[in-house]
Amino acid sequence: MYLDLKKLKLRNINDKLQNLDRKQNQRNFTIINPEGNHAICAGLNEEINVTIKGHVGYYCAGMNKKANITIEGNVGTGVAENMMSGKVHVKGNASQSAGATAHGGLLIIDGDASSRCGISMKGIDIIVKGSVGHMSGFMSQSGNLIVCGDAGEALGDSLYETNIYIKGKVKSLGADCIEKKMDKKHIKKLKKFLKDADIKNLKAESFKRYGSARKLYNFKVDNISNY
Amino acid sequence: MCGIVGIYLKNNSLESSLGSLLAEMLVNMSSRGPDSAGFAIYKEEDEEKYKYSICINNNNFNDFKEKTEKYFKNSELKKNSDHVILKSSKKPFEVLKILREDFKNVSLVGYGKSIEIFKQVGNPSQVVEKFNLKNFTGTHAIGHTRMATESAITTNGSHPYSTGEDECLVHNGSLSNHNNLRRNLKKNGVNFNSENDTEVAAGYISNHLSKKKSLKDTLNDGLKDLDGFYTFITGTRKGFAVLRDEIACKPAVIAETNEYVAIASEFQAMAHLPKVNSAKIFEPEPGVVYSWGD
Repeated sequence: MYLDLKKLKLRNINDKLQNLDRKQNQRNFTIINPEGNHAICAGLNEEINVTIKGHVGYYCAGMNKKANITIEGNVGTGVAENMMSGKVHVKGNASQSAGATAHGGLLIIDGDASSRCGISMKGIDIIVKGSVGHMSGFMSQSGNLIVCGDAGEALGDSLYETNIYIKGKVKSLGADCIEKKMDKKHIKKLKKFLKDADIKNLKAESFKRYGSARKLYNFKVDNISNY
Repeated sequence: MCGIVGIYLKNNSLESSLGSLLAEMLVNMSSRGPDSAGFAIYKEEDEEKYKYSICINNNNFNDFKEKTEKYFKNSELKKNSDHVILKSSKKPFEVLKILREDFKNVSLVGYGKSIEIFKQVGNPSQVVEKFNLKNFTGTHAIGHTRMATESAITTNGSHPYSTGEDECLVHNGSLSNHNNLRRNLKKNGVNFNSENDTEVAAGYISNHLSKKKSLKDTLNDGLKDLDGFYTFITGTRKGFAVLRDEIACKPAVIAETNEYVAIASEFQAMAHLPKVNSAKIFEPEPGVVYSWGD
């Protein structure tokens, strides 16, 4: 089903996608003429496929639950912020704070993501095929951030239990972020991520892993099962 | 918040539609700045004469005209709503002094051989309409929609700020060391018309350019001296530049084609530009000066 943002209001489109009539069993939607509008596909909560043809503004696919959303263009600040589950695939570049505070699901960015990618992430998996900007993974708590290119300044500043994998150069590490050993289990996990994102030309073994030195927060190993 | 927009044409193919392109960019940024709006537009006209952009406030145009005829012989006056463009071959040094001393109830908003500036309080769509921006032609243009934070909602508090010949600046953000900088710049002879932080940054840039520094070098120095949050777009007679502070909290996106470079706070301001979907679209990196032209 085609939804044209030049003809329909954003609120009508989001309302329709958020409150689908199950009897109609429509699962595939295409949004055309997004023209940089904000909050497109925010708050979706069903297993549907949405393709957005063009560049979008802020908070696209925010709070997503279950839906599979593809953006054929660039995204503004906060794509998939606070996503709970589902998949968001950006075919262009992403602006700041991609995947911010998200609890789950998978975010794939084919291009670059700018500063603060994965800020305060709480369980989402983010795969960036390009590079990420400064302060990426800032205060990130759980989940995986995989970057096939380089990372900017202060990577993983004040992070908790997120795993960060970087293929390229890291400009600098943030407070309490250190390089960690790549064990077999990490390589196995990373291999699966690369496969999911259809990345064939990079070997999991060639990535470096970064995580928390656990000196900034009161980490007790007895509580590990809570993370 | 605040919205900033700018467009620099690389050749003359779009010169006749520059005003209409900028108008839509400004209107699309109304959500970021509903208080006031303004724009600077560069158009080469007469090599001999200077153009003085003046807001006559609530004064009667005919009274103002009569008075200018006394002070400025052989000048031309073009009215556009509550602004006028005074064309005169008199040098800025003399004109600025006369305006300051004998025309106290009007405000000079900019001057130069190419630049014209219009700015006023109100919603961007009203401001664009009021000055008939759609009919303007030119080579490059910069605009601003304001959500006031640092100083009052007045014409003098609106952007763009121009503190030197053919120079202008728009700003999204706020500076924290503007009082100190203003004091130092005043000692160097820079005049200010408001308490606004952006005017200080504009004065800083003019002061550097007057020492024959290039726009690029000036902005690189600015990275060291200007403290605060900012995305700047600045224009000179032939040049156009963009700078974000090193933390880069304030957004910016650039779209570049063979015909133009456009910059805006958000992509939605540029969605109507010709061939934008095939343009190179990127975010300017923090702490890096991007400049075109001179």
